[in-house]
Amino acid sequence: METQRVDDGIVAQFFEVLCSFLQRFLFWILSVGPIPVHISFIMDGNRRYEKTRKLEPGMGHRAGYISLMSLLKYCYQLGIKYATVYAFSIDNFKRRPEEVRILMELLQEKIESLLKAESIVHQYGIRVHFIGNLNLLDDSVRAAAEKAMLATASNNQAVLCVCIAYTSTDEIAHASTEASRNIYTEIQSRVTDAADDDDDLVKSGPQTQEHPAINSEDITKNMYMAVAPEPDIVLRSSGETRLSNFLLWQTSNSILYSPGALWPEVGLKHLVWAVLNFQRNYSYLQKIRKQT
Amino acid sequence: MDPRLQALEFWNIGNLVQRLLWHIVHIVVSLWYSLAGLVQSVESNLISKGVLKGYDNLEIGKVKYLALVIESEDARRIFEVIELLQWLRSLGVKQVCLYDVNGVLKQSKEVIAKLLGNASLFGVDSVEDLKCDEKHMMLEFASISDGKEAVAKAANLLLKRFKSENAAGVQKDMVFTEQDMFDALKSIGYGAPDPDLLLVYGPARCHLGFPAWRLRYTEIVHMSPLKHKKRGALMKAIYKFTTVRQNYGK
Repeated sequence: METQRVDDGIVAQFFEVLCSFLQRFLFWILSVGPIPVHISFIMDGNRRYEKTRKLEPGMGHRAGYISLMSLLKYCYQLGIKYATVYAFSIDNFKRRPEEVRILMELLQEKIESLLKAESIVHQYGIRVHFIGNLNLLDDSVRAAAEKAMLATASNNQAVLCVCIAYTSTDEIAHASTEASRNIYTEIQSRVTDAADDDDDLVKSGPQTQEHPAINSEDITKNMYMAVAPEPDIVLRSSGETRLSNFLLWQTSNSILYSPGALWPEVGLKHLVWAVLNFQRNYSYLQKIRKQT
Repeated sequence: MDPRLQALEFWNIGNLVQRLLWHIVHIVVSLWYSLAGLVQSVESNLISKGVLKGYDNLEIGKVKYLALVIESEDARRIFEVIELLQWLRSLGVKQVCLYDVNGVLKQSKEVIAKLLGNASLFGVDSVEDLKCDEKHMMLEFASISDGKEAVAKAANLLLKRFKSENAAGVQKDMVFTEQDMFDALKSIGYGAPDPDLLLVYGPARCHLGFPAWRLRYTEIVHMSPLKHKKRGALMKAIYKFTTVRQNYGK
């Protein structure tokens, strides 16, 4: 019995080494072609996975987290510098309070685990950004997120953007507000600077001054996602074909890929297929990038 | 042989093998896509001839607003565009937004509406015809300038209003909500509905800058380049859409 266990252990180890070799060999081949700079994930299907496998509440999301860590490792090994994940939408607050509580607890737990020495963040030198309206989060989750961002601020090998309390339309409204505030502040300082020279200007105030027109680049600069380039690929699991208010502004030229697998089932083969499609369409994507 | 030269030769051979393998992988992928395309072509023909059951009773009422994203180069093929619209009309689709990046379709909107016949332009013509005539179509034309630049215009409008309110003595923080943005977009002529379904006629599944504000819950489906369009594929895409169930985040 002991001998069989040792044999099984050796076989398992051999299998693991073989898989690792094959994976690296595959990446060696893929690296001939263009590698995406930024890939984003919509992690759909955790709850369906939980239901079909009759797991306890919250276990689907935990399985999804394992899948995410595995995929992120593959991304960084392949040389994809930026990865963005849609962890929690503002719309998700409409779910049952119990489910929201479980998700928030899981998020806090996983954010805190990112800072441990053995985590993927340290292994690959990842800088983490939490993207979204963080004021909507519980104080403890927000504090954990801010701590993680601070702790990884000097990492520069790769970037992980975690969209949490995020929707694209909220991001656009926020960026428009910030762009407008910048312009208004500029006008205000113009009035203040002219205080000694122009009493009329001071009396009339900034609200009467003409402002330079806000353009789309001003809004883009103020997006939460301005920390990363536009994604080359958006991968949404579970076969769903919509973006669900995720990176709508940034995905004009992104390849949208929707494998049928539920998120905890998404793995290396889906990533490889996404990259192969990106390489197949690369010259077209370069062309449309210039157009838009 | 000099060890360095030997190493260089091994490296060159390794490089060649790597490239060869990469090309082989991509040839296999291309073969797979060719085969899949053939199967889809046969399936489309069977669907449009009514051989494959299940696609004849489309719940077309679920498709309230449909968008087509077309490559600007293909958009010049007006008769292909019209044929596509005729297919959509025959299936019962009444409101369609046609989008291409460079606005080629926008420039031809009157011609398209005239050649299609029994069609009116969104924002120009009345919606009454839509209600009275089953076969009447409402067409909207959009391009890249209706996307990000429209949002910038809305932001400018909100800033202007903020300044006016401030001048009138109303003290409040500058915070533009999603509703504010939506209302501002509507007031400057960008209030068209969000499409339920967006069909991409091009080489890849990309939305090419379709107005971001309107894509929140839109199903985005890749069809084919316009010249390879098939009526059966259109029916299948609409049928699949009618079976989708959205949670809207819940």
